[in-house]
Amino acid sequence: MTEQLTGAQSLVRALEHAGVDTIFGIPGGAILPAYDPLFDSEKIRHILVRHEQGAGHAAQGYAMVTGKVGVCMATSGPGATNLVTAIADAHMDSVPIVAITGQVPSGSIGSDAFQEADIRGITMPITKHSFLVTDADEIPRVIAEAFHIAGTGRPGPVLVDIAKDALQAETTFEWPTELALPGYRPTTRPHGKQVREAARLIAESERPVLYVGGGVIKAEAWDELKVLAEMTQIPVVTTLMARGAFPDSHELHLGMPGMHGTVAAVGALQKSDLLISLGARFDDRVTGQLASFAPGAKVIHADIDPAEISKNRVADVPIVGDCREVIAELISTLQKQAAEDGLEVDCSAWKAQMLAVKEKYPVGYDKPKKGLAPQTVIERISAIAGPEATYTAGVGQHQMWSAHYVDFERPRQWLNSGGLGTMGYAVPAAMGAQVGLPGTVVWAIDGDGCFQMTNQELATCAIEGIPIKVAIINNSSLGMVRQWQTLLYEGRYSNTDLNTGSEESGARRIPDFVKLAEAYGCIGLRCESEADLDATIEKAMSINDRPVVIDFVVERDAMVWPMVHAGTSNDAIQIARDMAPEFDEEDL
Amino acid sequence: MSRHTLSVLVENTPGVLARVSSLFMRRGFNIDSLAVGPTEIPEISRMTIVVNVDELPLEQVTKQLNKLVNVLKIVELDSSSAVERELMLIKVKTDPQTRGQVLETVNLFRAKVVDVATDAVTIEATGDAGKLTAMLNVLEPFGIREIAQSGRVAIGRGSRSITDRTLRAVPGAQVS
Repeated sequence: MTEQLTGAQSLVRALEHAGVDTIFGIPGGAILPAYDPLFDSEKIRHILVRHEQGAGHAAQGYAMVTGKVGVCMATSGPGATNLVTAIADAHMDSVPIVAITGQVPSGSIGSDAFQEADIRGITMPITKHSFLVTDADEIPRVIAEAFHIAGTGRPGPVLVDIAKDALQAETTFEWPTELALPGYRPTTRPHGKQVREAARLIAESERPVLYVGGGVIKAEAWDELKVLAEMTQIPVVTTLMARGAFPDSHELHLGMPGMHGTVAAVGALQKSDLLISLGARFDDRVTGQLASFAPGAKVIHADIDPAEISKNRVADVPIVGDCREVIAELISTLQKQAAEDGLEVDCSAWKAQMLAVKEKYPVGYDKPKKGLAPQTVIERISAIAGPEATYTAGVGQHQMWSAHYVDFERPRQWLNSGGLGTMGYAVPAAMGAQVGLPGTVVWAIDGDGCFQMTNQELATCAIEGIPIKVAIINNSSLGMVRQWQTLLYEGRYSNTDLNTGSEESGARRIPDFVKLAEAYGCIGLRCESEADLDATIEKAMSINDRPVVIDFVVERDAMVWPMVHAGTSNDAIQIARDMAPEFDEEDL
Repeated sequence: MSRHTLSVLVENTPGVLARVSSLFMRRGFNIDSLAVGPTEIPEISRMTIVVNVDELPLEQVTKQLNKLVNVLKIVELDSSSAVERELMLIKVKTDPQTRGQVLETVNLFRAKVVDVATDAVTIEATGDAGKLTAMLNVLEPFGIREIAQSGRVAIGRGSRSITDRTLRAVPGAQVS
């Protein structure tokens, strides 16, 4: 006789079968039945977070560093709606997570029952797929499908909403051996003809650029990328989502393109005659004004999601496929083409030009006359913690400075909220990353604004033994907004002063981040001068039994450069206020 | 911009209509008409969606639709090689003087009267959009009291079927 069990037991068993070892979540009425068997699971560690958004970002952080599907769990209504920001974030950045929510009993759905929210409807535009389960028998199949959909193809968030009565009902358990998803067949193998066409264009081009996006990391294609770049000597740019996919120290790496990209990376795309886009999506933050983006370039666009190809910029050679397979095939086709047809890739003059631009316009900053430069703080953290550490960031100036001044040498070294731009991502994502990589160093580089959105997870970190290190780049303001106000609103600082700075500087130091850290059972440190910088970072590095929070009180007028103003052409890049590089005349 | 008729085969599961319509909304595409119904395969429903877009956005909307897990197949039907029909029910005012003229119009357009009252008739008409518009124009002077119109349904001409190959992909699906 088949074993009888409850829907809740079936759920936990299904999650175990799916290989889940960690769930971030908070219980509540509708999901309560699931928490009872979860209590007994020896395979799954449930980490009780303090806010569901924290559970969502932690699942993202876990997924980003492990390459596995992250899992978060919440109850119905407000528990579920609190997950929405993290789900939207995972959708924009293609992070594989499964969000499991309790739902009111199936008979009450639609009656505006207590803690009822149509979370499947709410998340429809921000999930890769979603399920509502009202029949306990469906639980194993739905969980198997959810993990498959989240983790394959272009990864993304999948929501599984389970009615309370389905969790309570008697059922049997059978793990499906095959999945019935006739409408879901991602194309991973590229079309040979398209690859040959791409190889021909590459050989013909004089000014090619490898425009590398986050898809290269998702596809684990970094080794292939390195081979391709070194074989062809084509310069590489890595987008915000792809930092680390190609080592920063590599000669061919021109840095990050986009609104705050390096002159060399932005310039290379603008002057290129062939963009080889690998797992990137021509985001507006990369292209600037689309009409004037890379005007002379043909485009090879490889992506696993056909809907990304020609969405923003029409591709001359579209290639649908997994980046790893695409790049591997491109390499062999280029080799074959060179051997058989004598078509060699030669862009040495172009490479020399771009390396000259890179040398002439490195990212850099002027140190302030007094006070601590935020860029220096980040440079020193990177130098001391090294590329083996994992770095997360929130959104804003500190994020852009991290993207520039952390030395990225390996994939999955960098986690941030690229597409959605979610302030508050850093601390919970670091928590998830630390759980995924126990025994390693995880730094959350955060802003004073971002930190105040999700710092409640310090309690989770302290209690669960998750020793993340948080560097608050505290400029006492919503820095990026303030920067725009400086540049575009005549310095009228409407509602950007957060008063977290020192009392001597006229701020009120509310909250006092050191005291806040201590209240949460963390070590709180403060650093206000460059003289103390290395010692403070080293002290944080020496503490591994609890989280450390450092309040780096920095100079508040520092700005992120280079910058291309929103909606303008990348040709109008400025390296400092009202200062344009002169690469047009001299170097090209 | 131009009108395009898409035949979309979807799994017959709850919520699929919401997924499709919300996708159009959030990607900023307007639906001119949408008709859903069962097919010869119980597990598969067919949506006929008429959109008014340029060629490139049409490609984009098709790709986005294809990403929906419940969407099995999308075929664009060209009006020259497909039969397209809409159904319209029209309630027209009549009196003893005008009834004959109204009935004459009904016959001219090969429509039929499906309900009669002392001061009105209800007409059922099928055809392509052009025919229905023409008929409405002729009936207008008599006084149109109410209209109910279906979305367009369409099917390709010839013997080929767009459900043939889709059928094989759906486990357990059988022709009814």
